[in-house]
Amino acid sequence: MASSTPIDTPPVPPVQRKRARPKASGRAGDKIFLGLSRGSGILLLVIMASIAVFLTYRATLAVSKDEGNFFTTLDWNPVGDKPVFGIAVLLFGTIVSSIIAMAIAVPIAVGIALFISHYAPRKLAAPLAYVVDLLAAVPSIVYGIWGALFLVPYLEGLNLWLDQFFGWTYVLEKTEVGVARSLFTVGILLAIMILPIVTSVSREVFLQVPKMNEEAALALGATRWEVIRLSVLPFGRSGVISASMLGLGRALGETMAVATVLSPSFVISAHVLNPGGGTFAQNIAAKFDEADQFGRDALIASGLVLFILTLLVNGAARLIIARRKEYSGANA
Amino acid sequence: MSQAANTGIQERPVPTAAASRNSLSSRSLPRWAPAAFAGAAIVLGVGIGAAAGWQSRIQWGLLSAVLFVVISYVTTSVVENQRQAKDRLATSIVWVCFLLAVVPLASLVWTTVSRGAKVLDVYFLTHSMAGVLGTAPGGGVYHALIGTLEQVGLATLISAPIGLLTAVYLVEYGKGALAKAVTFFVDVMTGIPSIVAGLFILSIMLIAQLQPSGLMGSLALTILMIPVVVRSTEEMLKLVPNELREASLALGVPKWRTILKVVLPTAIGGITTGVMLAIARIAGETAPIMLLVFGSQLINPNPFQGAQSSLPFYIWEQYKIGSEASYDRAWAAALVLIAFVMILNLVARGIARWKAPKTGR
Repeated sequence: MASSTPIDTPPVPPVQRKRARPKASGRAGDKIFLGLSRGSGILLLVIMASIAVFLTYRATLAVSKDEGNFFTTLDWNPVGDKPVFGIAVLLFGTIVSSIIAMAIAVPIAVGIALFISHYAPRKLAAPLAYVVDLLAAVPSIVYGIWGALFLVPYLEGLNLWLDQFFGWTYVLEKTEVGVARSLFTVGILLAIMILPIVTSVSREVFLQVPKMNEEAALALGATRWEVIRLSVLPFGRSGVISASMLGLGRALGETMAVATVLSPSFVISAHVLNPGGGTFAQNIAAKFDEADQFGRDALIASGLVLFILTLLVNGAARLIIARRKEYSGANA
Repeated sequence: MSQAANTGIQERPVPTAAASRNSLSSRSLPRWAPAAFAGAAIVLGVGIGAAAGWQSRIQWGLLSAVLFVVISYVTTSVVENQRQAKDRLATSIVWVCFLLAVVPLASLVWTTVSRGAKVLDVYFLTHSMAGVLGTAPGGGVYHALIGTLEQVGLATLISAPIGLLTAVYLVEYGKGALAKAVTFFVDVMTGIPSIVAGLFILSIMLIAQLQPSGLMGSLALTILMIPVVVRSTEEMLKLVPNELREASLALGVPKWRTILKVVLPTAIGGITTGVMLAIARIAGETAPIMLLVFGSQLINPNPFQGAQSSLPFYIWEQYKIGSEASYDRAWAAALVLIAFVMILNLVARGIARWKAPKTGR
């Protein structure tokens, strides 16, 4: 990277001290500095573009030799003379596990955010917010081994119970015996992982509700819940939506936690309690070691789909946020 | 917004004066009522759970939570009125949400600490896995520690300047289509999954016929780190008061010197914090390392050549071996990694508080 030592740009001697030109941009130092900083801005765009270009290039190499249909084949076998692979299972697993994660995490995260911003005793609120931010920093592989070695055995009872009482919903029917290494468990783990980010962005938004609105509601005799329903939630709605989208973006691309917990199989089954299924990122992690060069290209092809998926979700989230610039989740 | 709030309240049939008179004279629950409800719900939940023979305590907890919400609602609507009952319902749901989230997160931290402390000692930190059978006890994390430090260090060296300059461009120079595009794509870039960043470098490696090395991993980490640095630096630069810039420019100081000598020093505390938080974030990334650095059991201090290990990758490796001894090592490494990340976080936030940008005077 050419621009790796910007700070050490040698100080240019102030040449024109006596007759300063009216335009500051005429000075050499300014030009260099502007060039460097604009250059690194452009470099970012180049990186984004080249991610798309390189992934697409390698992906087309693989997909053009795919004997099956890349979108509908229920198999991943990119070896030999007749390579067959498709992303149907991965797309299904990724979306299902993310939906489960969102369904669990978003209501709870909004609850915690409200708890921190409006319910918790003052002395408790600040440390709590701090702890939530710290939890966002726990690496995903740690969540992964915790999920696999601790959560999975604990969830078995819950799975049986769900099957017993809600088996009639078809979705929650457990038709195969086996440990709880299912898409449902993955969804729960992902929910726990995205809780901190959704919480901290939502909390920021709730704290920005104009105090006047809340006090006005209180002055009219509203209970605390009525204050929240009438002034806090309407104000924070778009912020919560974009926070959820950020969380969704993370859930879609999560690799290690899914790879450790799921016992993968290439079937599409709406019975989410059954072990099996797969996600894009998990499949890449699991198949990478045994893949030859062509197999890697095939994995890159699936990665390209994941890239597009997260791009769409994040882009949408950003467009919603763009209306209110102040809440950005990037620092959370 | 405020209009909606007002009309909502005004539609209420009960005049406020009457309501307040009511609440003074009407019956209300004592202050200790929620605690009593919680106690009753837990007793009931555990009782029913034990009686029905449910194995996992998760069910007991869930049942208690539901019972708590129901009991609070019903009791309040009987003793007080419907509005108070709804308020109580919301309050108890929010508390339940909070507890639901705290339990797994506390359990995660507790499990890591208690299981990781078993094999974590000086020997573990200063020895590699060379010559240690995966399923046998012994060995350590030294090679992974070296790998993590070098890869993260390289990534920081590359991405901190780029991120800083980009943020300077956006705040100090940025106008027009280019700045808008950069802002948007920085935001989108924060959402790139780490495995996609890894695949991108992998595709370059496949084209250029490069071998796995620590540097390749660093490049992928760079892609993940730059947007975080840009965002946090941008926020900090925006906090620098304009009067400082104007004062400097009015003295005839060129803009680039103003930025280097006035703007950046003012915000340096916040910028350091942002960079450290970004480091903490990428230090835990496993996927790119797995694709690009390949992992190794031996100490390889050269990040430019040959396979290396890293802490998160080491955890994954040990988990995959699947024996009791390797699980122990995985937990210990997880504890080291969490401690590393947490210390970075705490120090970063300490610096942020200590050197908060001086707004106003």
